[in-house]
Order: sequence, then structure tokens, then C-alpha cells
Amino acid sequence: METNTQRLLHTFAALADLGQEIADTGDFEEMLRASFHLLLGSLAIRRGAVGEYDRERGELRLIAARGLGESPELVLPLASERARHLASLGSSLTLDEARSEAGNFLEDHKDAFASVEIDLLVPLVVRERLIGAVLLGEKATGEKFTEEDLQIVGALARHIGVGIHSHRLLEEVEHKAEENRRLYEGLRAIYKETVHAFAAAIDIKDRYTQGHSVRVGKYSEIIARELGWSDDAVEGIAIAGYLHDIGKLIVDLNVINSPERFNAKESKEMSRHPAAGYEILAPISHPYADIPLMARYHHERLDGNGYPDGLKGDEIPPGAKIVTLADSFDAMTTDRPYRKRLALVDVLADFRANTGTQFEPAVVCAFCRAFLKEIEGTSKEKRLMKLLGKNYEDVESVSPLLTQLISDLDGGAMAATASSH
Amino acid sequence: MADTTGETPVQARCIGDTAIIYASDYLNKLSGERIERECKRQLESGCRALVINFRDTELVNSIGVSILMGVIDAAEQNTAQLIFSDVNSHTAKLFEMLGLTRLVSVAKDENEALALVAPQTNVAGSTS
Ligand SMILES: [Fe+2]
Repeated sequence: METNTQRLLHTFAALADLGQEIADTGDFEEMLRASFHLLLGSLAIRRGAVGEYDRERGELRLIAARGLGESPELVLPLASERARHLASLGSSLTLDEARSEAGNFLEDHKDAFASVEIDLLVPLVVRERLIGAVLLGEKATGEKFTEEDLQIVGALARHIGVGIHSHRLLEEVEHKAEENRRLYEGLRAIYKETVHAFAAAIDIKDRYTQGHSVRVGKYSEIIARELGWSDDAVEGIAIAGYLHDIGKLIVDLNVINSPERFNAKESKEMSRHPAAGYEILAPISHPYADIPLMARYHHERLDGNGYPDGLKGDEIPPGAKIVTLADSFDAMTTDRPYRKRLALVDVLADFRANTGTQFEPAVVCAFCRAFLKEIEGTSKEKRLMKLLGKNYEDVESVSPLLTQLISDLDGGAMAATASSH
Repeated sequence: MADTTGETPVQARCIGDTAIIYASDYLNKLSGERIERECKRQLESGCRALVINFRDTELVNSIGVSILMGVIDAAEQNTAQLIFSDVNSHTAKLFEMLGLTRLVSVAKDENEALALVAPQTNVAGSTS
């Protein structure tokens, strides 16, 4: 093979390898070391260095060096006028320019490069900005650098410049992403605090149902987790539970706090709250899906006899079905002005009677499973039992009822009533 | 001193104070730096001559050349002799073209390389 052809192939291969090294953004230091080897090896250059320019500090920081004496200083000051000048020359400067810039650089850093010969300085420039510089010394042949050599070095240097630049960009993007994530988490925390404040406000307005919203949120969370929902969706359903009655904030205070069962007019006023809640929540961009819909539909029934829209079966979002059951459970297990709380046996009888017409069978089943796990001690926490509080002492006694209800629901004994959707 | 990088060790053997190091196919990647490390290790432990055997090296690329330049520097600093052996014709031309042959002797095979080692450093006793 003719020498010139072989030389060409050798440098061409270096350029190809360099492209691959730079595309592989795995490890910045390795990418640079490999690039530096390729640069020196393409022309068998005995000494040299690659430095990255830090604009803010006005420094050239050496990242890789070979044959520059015992310990070349790693950080070298580079004045901004000189940096601007080097940027204007770019990586396609002439041989004379590269030589004279090397001379200037050595003159500025006599102490760092006392006995070292540096023949060329090639700036690394991307988008007219100085990214760094390559310093090159003697070739193995002992011959002086030629214009052709400089063209090869310039081509490789442009690649290395882009490699450094894109790595730094990537770092910046990652940094920004991390910042955004923190910001987002901060916003979520603020949102959650706001939701809790709202839940407290809703419950204060309704003095007979204190703590209702928070409990509904927690019951909903327990059911959703039992149904295998994702962490994010479980968080969302808890929020929906906290906010499901937010519409009560605009319902007449006297109606809410009436010590008797509602008359027709009061019932009508009270039944405004789901749609009103939706109106309040809809304009807010929530970090979780469908929060406004869960408030709107928490009084819907599978059989279509609920309100405000009379939705049937699967027209009702799954989250709303969970909140509905959680809401009913808390209503039945707390004292109301017109009645005392129900015994658990009666609560479960109500569930059994209304599953498939009011309640979604799968949701009832999940609730019973979660309850049973707590009674049997197979779940770590006893969250449900804590929420029920001291008012219920003999909770364990309902475990056969729970087992029976689960098996009836799973076995399809109640499928006839459940098939209405 | 053991190679602390946890890589497959570079194949090397010593004859007197001459070390023979096998370049294998490591040379053309960043992993070739281990050859340079092995050479430096041999020089530090008192070797006066290094023979790098290229019998399993098909091709030397720019990374390989750069690593060999590092070996050349290290040998020069330790005033040790450096000989390349078993270089194929393509690689030999490349070394010639890039000027490496000005800095290193090239031998046909290991025997010729050992014969090239200056007599005072060859314990086996030179016949040349
Ligand atoms: Fe409600």
C-alpha cells in the first residue's frame, strides 16, 4: 500500500473512532482520554495536552496531558481577550497562527512549561465560543508539523470540542431536570398542605362530621392499595377523598348543621354539593388525575339512581366508586345528629344489600379483604382499625362475616345484582 | 505491585532483566492503557529492556499508537531498551510511516529481539 494512502486510512480511522467515542456519552473522562489518545496517535505526536476553558474563572483546565514534564500545572489562567481571539481563529487556523498561539501561550506560562517544546495550539471552538484548547509537541518522526497535519488535527479537535460541549450541555440539562424535580416536589407538598387545609375547612363547616374528609381520604387509600393501584394513583385517591365534599363549602350552613334529617328542600340544597365541588376543583390543575370527577360522582350509584348525573355502572370512574364506599362506611360508623353509629354487623349487612346497586362489588370486596387482613394481623399496620377508633371494641367478631361476603362476591353469588352495569 | 484495576492481567514474562510483554488485542482501546501500566511496572521493578510482542496483534490504530508512545517515553525516562517483535507487515509500515521506528528497534521475533538486547543487560548471555 502506498504510504500516503496508508496515512490517510490511519487518520480516517482515527476520525471514525473519535466519532464513536464522542457519541458514547457514558463516561466523560474516558471519552476524553480516548479522544486524546486518538489525537496523539493519529500523527504519533509525543507530547501534548487537552484543556477545557472555564469562561467564568478565565482558566484553561488541563484534562489530559502527555509528556509535558513531571507535573504540568493543571489550571492555567487565560485572559478573556486571548480567549476571544482564540475563538475568532477557530479550529481551522493556519499553521503560522497555530505556531504563534503556541508561542504566546508558552510565553504566558513559562513556569508551567519550563523545558517543554510545544509547537501548536489549536483552539476548540463551538458556536464561536472557546470550549478549550489542544497543545501539541514534537512528532515521532522528528519532522515539523505540516499544513496537512494541521488539517487532520483541526478535524479531530472540532470533534473533541463538540464532545466536551455536548457533555457539558447534558450535565446542565440533568442539573435543570433535578432542579425541576425539586421544584415540582415542593409544589406537590404545597398542594398537599392546601388540600389538608381545605379538608379541615370542610369538616369544620360540618360540625357533626368532624374529621370525615380526612377519614374518607384514608379509607379510599386503603381500598385503592388493596386493589393494587400504583403509589401515585393511591396518593391521588387520598387527595380525592380529602376533597370529595368540598362543595359543602358553598351549601347553606344551616342546612348542613341541621340536627334533623333533611326535608325535601334541604335535601335539594345538600345534593348540590358534588356538582359544586366539581366546579370548585375543575379549574385547578391537580398533580393527580380526575380529582374533580371523583368529587362530582361520589354520590352516583351503579344502578343509575344516584346524583348529580345519574351515571350507571362503568360510566362512573373507578376512583369515584372507591370514594363512594369510603364515604358511606365513614357515615355509617360515626354518630350523626339524627342517629347513632351503626354496629359493624349492620354496616356489613348494608354493604351486602347494596353491592351491585349502589356499590361496586370489586370495591366492596377489596375493602373487606383489607379489613380482614388487619383483623387477622397479616397486614403490617392496622390503619382501618385505628380510624374506627375506640368506639368499636369487638371488631374481630365480624371476621366470619367479612370472609363470607368476600367469598360471595368472588364466587359470583351476587353477580345477578352486580350485573346491572 | 498487582494490577489494581481488576482487569485480566497483561501476559508478560521475564528473562533476566528483560521483560517480554504481549500486546494482544488490548492495544486499540482504552484497555490498552494496561499495557503501558505493565511496562512501567516492569521498569520500576528494575527491568533494563522491554520487548513488546505483537504476534496476536492484527492491527494497531491511533489509540494503540498513542499508548506505544507512552511506553516509548517511559523507556526513555528509565534509559531502558525497547524492542518491538513479531510485527506484521502492515503494522511495520505504519510504525515506519509515523516515525516510531526512529525511536524503537524492530525485531523479526522474540529470539532476534533478545539478541538485540545489549549484552551487559542480558543475563542469559548474548551470542551476538
Ligand atoms: Fe358527599
